[in-house]
Amino acid sequence: MSWLRDPTAETSAIKRPRVKPPASLEGLTVALFDIGKTRSDEFLDQVEKRLAERGLKTRRYAKPTNAKVAPVEVMQKVATEADAVVIALSD
Amino acid sequence: MAERLEAKYKGSALVARKVELAGHDDPMEVCFERGWTDGLPVTPPTDERVLRMLSGTRRAPGEIVGRIPPYLAECTVEKVAINAVLAGCKPEYMPVLLAALEAALEPVFTLHGVLATTYFSSPIVIVNGPIAKKIGMGSGINALGQGNRANATIGRALNLIVRNVGGGRPGEADRATLGAPSKFTLCFAEDESDSSWQPLSVARGFAPGVSTVTLFQGHGVEAFVDQKTRTPEGLSRSFGLSLVKIGHPRLVQSARAVVVLSPEHYRIYKDAGWGRNEIERALYEATVRPGQEILAGLEGIGEGVAPQRAQERVPKFHEDGLMVVRAGGPAGLFSAILPGWLAGRNRTELQPVTREIRE
Repeated sequence: MSWLRDPTAETSAIKRPRVKPPASLEGLTVALFDIGKTRSDEFLDQVEKRLAERGLKTRRYAKPTNAKVAPVEVMQKVATEADAVVIALSD
Repeated sequence: MAERLEAKYKGSALVARKVELAGHDDPMEVCFERGWTDGLPVTPPTDERVLRMLSGTRRAPGEIVGRIPPYLAECTVEKVAINAVLAGCKPEYMPVLLAALEAALEPVFTLHGVLATTYFSSPIVIVNGPIAKKIGMGSGINALGQGNRANATIGRALNLIVRNVGGGRPGEADRATLGAPSKFTLCFAEDESDSSWQPLSVARGFAPGVSTVTLFQGHGVEAFVDQKTRTPEGLSRSFGLSLVKIGHPRLVQSARAVVVLSPEHYRIYKDAGWGRNEIERALYEATVRPGQEILAGLEGIGEGVAPQRAQERVPKFHEDGLMVVRAGGPAGLFSAILPGWLAGRNRTELQPVTREIRE
């Protein structure tokens, strides 16, 4: 096991904190991200329907295969166009 | 090899917590992901490198150098060394870095304000004395530019300590509207090769031959060009035209400035028998203007002095507001102006700081 020495004042947890979810989805665009597993699309169809019922904006994204991490262009597109992401992990 | 063995057997002497790397982690990317960098790559702080950095000072790793703003976290010599590794310093730079940090932490340097301000400023580091040559600092060609490791990394390490230990990050406590490239690093040595020139350290009360670091709250670099004037009086008035522009031509008695005098400009003064005192006095006087020319509201411009100062001769600077430093390559009738932070209205509350470098 190798390690680096922490250059900070060590006042925050050593594990990186997750980005806080938004307090409300009102006015935000939610990305629905299909990771390429079987029936991901069905799951996202349902999520999309539910969010639309609440009057929320959604956009669909997908990566070509679940065997690889998402291409940089796809991640940049999500970061540019959406404020929150739902990732479909269903099988 | 010795350092590798030391890291293996003495690594546990370090007390900073370990950030473990997974097998596939790229250490450079981990430093970025954890927010330890100023946007440029840093050297990953391994035990081996930190121990090697600590060999550059006799001070104990656990000694507390001070509390770093904005969050006033305690900073040990070990934390200084870790950030020096990140910045790319060599161990022999540690005495300069430690002195620079101590200077920055003097209350009159107002490091918290320098960091938090919406203005362009950050600490500018000027080194005097024999240590500058010993560690290979640049004071000649391109002294304010890129390419010299000591210049580049000492200034960078100081800013990384504020970022990492103090928690001063852009968009958080650092509220700079635009910032400046000098916030990465602006650190150089004064050219002391001409014995006719009184070094900055001596002007600031230190004995000749003593190594010092002077910290100034400012940014850089503004060009001053005069290739035609050949008299010291004319050259001073010419400098004055550029100096009054700092911040805004009608803003007065708020910013200090460093004038980095190039060899070719200095020669004009030297040939006339002028030294530091004559030059600083002439530059100050060249920036005194009739109040009525810089009144607020003239030509529809809001900036300016109050109407009751119309009959006054209004100086741009406080009497101690200009510091002249010699640096630069042999060719070019160019000098540089490093404008100071505008918060200097009360000159006793906010001052440059000079400290001796103890090896």
